[in-house]
Amino acid sequence: MQQINPKPKSLVDVKMHYCPGCGHGIAHRLVAEVMDELGVRERTIGVAPVGCAVFADDYFNCDMIQGPHGRGPAIATGLKRSRPDCVVFSYQGDGDLASIGMGETVHAAARSENITVVFINNAIYGMTGGQMAPTTLVGQKATTCPLGRDPKVNGYPIRVCELLAQLDGARYLERVSVHSAANVIKAKKAIKKAFQYQLAGQGFSLVEVLSMCPTNMALSPLEAVKFVNDKMLPQYPLGVFKDIAGGKPDASGN
Amino acid sequence: MGEKLLMKGNDALAEGAVRAGCRFFAGYPITPQNEVPEYMSWRLPELGGTFIQAESEVAAINMLYGAAATGVRAMTSSSSPGISLKQEGISYSAGADLPIFFANVMRGGPGLGNIAGAQGDYFQSVRGGGHGDYRVFVMAPHSVAEMGNFPSHCYEVAEKYRIPAMVLADGVLGQMMEPLEFKFPEVDPGKLPTPAWALGPAAGRKKRIVRSYDLREGALEILTWNRAKRYQEIEEREVMFEAKLCDDADLVFVAYGTAARAAAAALKMARGAGLKAGLFRPITLWPFPKRKLQELASRARAFLVVEMSLGQMIDDVRLATECRVPVHLHARPSGSIPTGEEIFKKAQEVLKAGKGERVCSR
Repeated sequence: MQQINPKPKSLVDVKMHYCPGCGHGIAHRLVAEVMDELGVRERTIGVAPVGCAVFADDYFNCDMIQGPHGRGPAIATGLKRSRPDCVVFSYQGDGDLASIGMGETVHAAARSENITVVFINNAIYGMTGGQMAPTTLVGQKATTCPLGRDPKVNGYPIRVCELLAQLDGARYLERVSVHSAANVIKAKKAIKKAFQYQLAGQGFSLVEVLSMCPTNMALSPLEAVKFVNDKMLPQYPLGVFKDIAGGKPDASGN
Repeated sequence: MGEKLLMKGNDALAEGAVRAGCRFFAGYPITPQNEVPEYMSWRLPELGGTFIQAESEVAAINMLYGAAATGVRAMTSSSSPGISLKQEGISYSAGADLPIFFANVMRGGPGLGNIAGAQGDYFQSVRGGGHGDYRVFVMAPHSVAEMGNFPSHCYEVAEKYRIPAMVLADGVLGQMMEPLEFKFPEVDPGKLPTPAWALGPAAGRKKRIVRSYDLREGALEILTWNRAKRYQEIEEREVMFEAKLCDDADLVFVAYGTAARAAAAALKMARGAGLKAGLFRPITLWPFPKRKLQELASRARAFLVVEMSLGQMIDDVRLATECRVPVHLHARPSGSIPTGEEIFKKAQEVLKAGKGERVCSR
């Protein structure tokens, strides 16, 4: 029997803990396929976040480090500057990256650290049980805004790619989604490009991945897909926000 | 090695770390330790190393967490309020068994306090500081020479036992100039062995994970007990102290860092006046030199602890001596420095008051 689409070498062959319909598994696989295709698995160090993807350190088949909530880009900075020969990526959720870790995110981008950030935006806190995220939509219900996000009380959701696009140090920024097959293919291309940016020493790259969290959106897997398509896409338009190929040499001197 | 230099304490601390093989520094400006990042900002690039002015103390300690995970000798430094912010990364490093090295050049607190030298962060340093059950190897220099020579020892202990290590100095030591000699062979970081747990190029080996968590039932307890065994070894093997004229002393001053310099002045006065005084100076604050203090408690009539805080180390002195002899305190918190004269005066009161009677301090 021929296996058409075998499991990437860059994923450990274990059962993941993610809920049915969650987008993390897809995003993990895309990152792993990119590592395989670029042949960098044995010189990649990944940073696992706090949140549902904390166990990414068990799932990716490369050296991994797990650190404090939101500090991925700072940890990645320390790794990359000490090991410029390695590929370093930080995998983060929306609470991790856009709330508690916004400072680290903005400044890693401003320094144009030669790292890659994979940012999963599912508009909700997962591991802690459905609290409001910095990316929760206006009107969207969460356990800490049970009547729906009210801008008068909770303010407005943050568009990370648009915000980072203002920074000269951000070299490649793209927002993609994993809610349909066509979008999954595009998402992989974006992640691959982000890794290639790093390999070419082009500086800070980030791919924002819109994703489903059926459990905490209180939706079925199919309804969650529809939520991403109908509600999240208008707030978070897909596309390339920065793509400065051939920019100045990066901070780590690659 | 061998060359006599005249340096500021903060510069000596930075150069000492560099000579010990440090090639990565991340830090954030805060007085009175600014000379450390300033020094590193030109010194490290000169040697092909990395200096990063981080966006915050929190980011700096996490950069250190990342750098240390690759097995290199790295450093961050700060002063009291900044060290509070770094506790997150220190706790994670302890939990991930990373041998990070950092320095606290203490200032007056709490809060923003002031920028004068103080010793209010003793508890924070020796009791863990951040969340969770852990210890940090803490060295307290009392001279510029020790500022320069302690980083090397911190790296060795940190790496041997895989725990965070720190130099606990204060604004006085950071700002003053003194002659020093670096008394250890300069380390070529390229020749340091890469630890078996370090992240990096992985051709032909299994993946490695650096992390501080384990959610499996009971697993974290086992990890923590294993770490506790190392703590015990450190308590048995790595204690350092200086005992001056303690053998025949009726009264033993106990002080560390800048306070020990003031106590040394008082010791001179006391001996000059015919009082049998001694000075016991803990060099490692954790592990605390309990055994030697116990020994001294069997013959001394009293201890006088001198601290630039409300009195924090005094708790450890009382625990170590099990209150067998009176333990008195002379305290000057929040950026004030005790003088030899006032300590000497206190010593006379203590000895006059006699055995068994407690003299209230301040």
